[in-house]
Amino acid sequence: MVWSSSVKSQFLWRDAADLKDQDPRDQMAQRLVDLLKNQFALAVLETHAQHGDETVVLDPGSWHEVCRHLRDAPSAQMDMLTDLTAVDYPDRDPRFEVVAHLYSLQRGHRLRLKTRVGDQNGEHAAVDSLADLWGSANWMERECWDMFGIRFVGHPDLRRILLYPEFIGHPLRRDYPADRIQPLVPYRPEANNEKIAPFGQHEGMPFGRQTHQSAVLGDGRDSELFPEALLGADLSRAH
Amino acid sequence: MGELISGAGKSTRVMEPVLVDGFATTRLKDLLAWAQKYSLFMCPFVTACCGMEFMGVTSPRYDLARFGAEVPRFSPRQSDLLWVVGTITQRQAPVLKRIYEQMAEPKWVVAFGTCASCGGFYDNYATVAGIDKIVPCDVYIPGCPPRPEGVLDGLMLLMDKIARRDNRPAMVKPRVDPVDLPTHGLVQNGLVQLGKKPVSVA
Repeated sequence: MVWSSSVKSQFLWRDAADLKDQDPRDQMAQRLVDLLKNQFALAVLETHAQHGDETVVLDPGSWHEVCRHLRDAPSAQMDMLTDLTAVDYPDRDPRFEVVAHLYSLQRGHRLRLKTRVGDQNGEHAAVDSLADLWGSANWMERECWDMFGIRFVGHPDLRRILLYPEFIGHPLRRDYPADRIQPLVPYRPEANNEKIAPFGQHEGMPFGRQTHQSAVLGDGRDSELFPEALLGADLSRAH
Repeated sequence: MGELISGAGKSTRVMEPVLVDGFATTRLKDLLAWAQKYSLFMCPFVTACCGMEFMGVTSPRYDLARFGAEVPRFSPRQSDLLWVVGTITQRQAPVLKRIYEQMAEPKWVVAFGTCASCGGFYDNYATVAGIDKIVPCDVYIPGCPPRPEGVLDGLMLLMDKIARRDNRPAMVKPRVDPVDLPTHGLVQNGLVQLGKKPVSVA
């Protein structure tokens, strides 16, 4: 296969020996990346490969269009969405990276797609839903919404899937405090209680941090972090 | 006579058989406690990997039936011992609380494993750091998961507490291998003494 000079400059590590030893399915993925770059020149922002896995970074506006093409085009036939998740890079703008892993059961090649959404405050994190293309996207996008707060436009039922509806915030965002808990059941009061743990808070595990005190508002929300919860709360319970 | 030396203090006296069968005197509450301790009907609330070890305890090799506690009742209304086996999430906490409230008095709760006892290494937004934040707990069994021997220790501890009518929570202590004891084993002055008789340390 003949490589153009521009492609060669991007993939310096690919010499002839590499290609000869490569899995033919990896070569197919590379050719697919080249096809995408030709056909969706404006949509493909960036491509790279890591350990032989091809990655295409897409413009969020073309997310659904390119995915539909990858599913339907005879040269791609990516009929399986193996994974869809997100990564939070708090110092980047756009902040979130939505990652989808595609696989072709027909041809055996794989492709990783990424798109970048959301501003520094985590607002406007929205991308088109893929639930109408692959059924597996439905629950994975719900999990992604639950954990990262990324909206999937056009999703048929975008509810939380793992956490409970009363939960405030999205716990896998980097700015979600690691020790914030939101109990559904008020913790038992520690005072006047004949049955409390016979061991100290820090006995055994050095980092047992969820204490009775951390749930002083009854619903478990920290007053500093949730000032609106303070407004309706009975302050006498905090002391 | 069977074992009736039970209860708090020395309220129970077993008399030698003088005529035909002999007799015993005790207090009614001691007798009830003795009966309760040998007829624990358990309600397994199994959520995680500790469940495998729980199955090991209840199966014939470790034989929970020896203690009269082998019958699982999957209705909390028919059971008096709640085994909380595994990690409890915040989302599950209302269910656990409701199950506990459905049990009739007297009732006891065992936290099986480190997660149920204190949350284990799950220090995050999702996990309840110990079921005692939700329901009162009687016996804590540490371990990830606990060995069946530790679970049996916990059950015997609970039976002992029932007999003594002691409702303070308790924790299963780690076992000590007698070999490691300085006065009984091979270790003398911090060194393993092979081929020598243990010397008693005054």
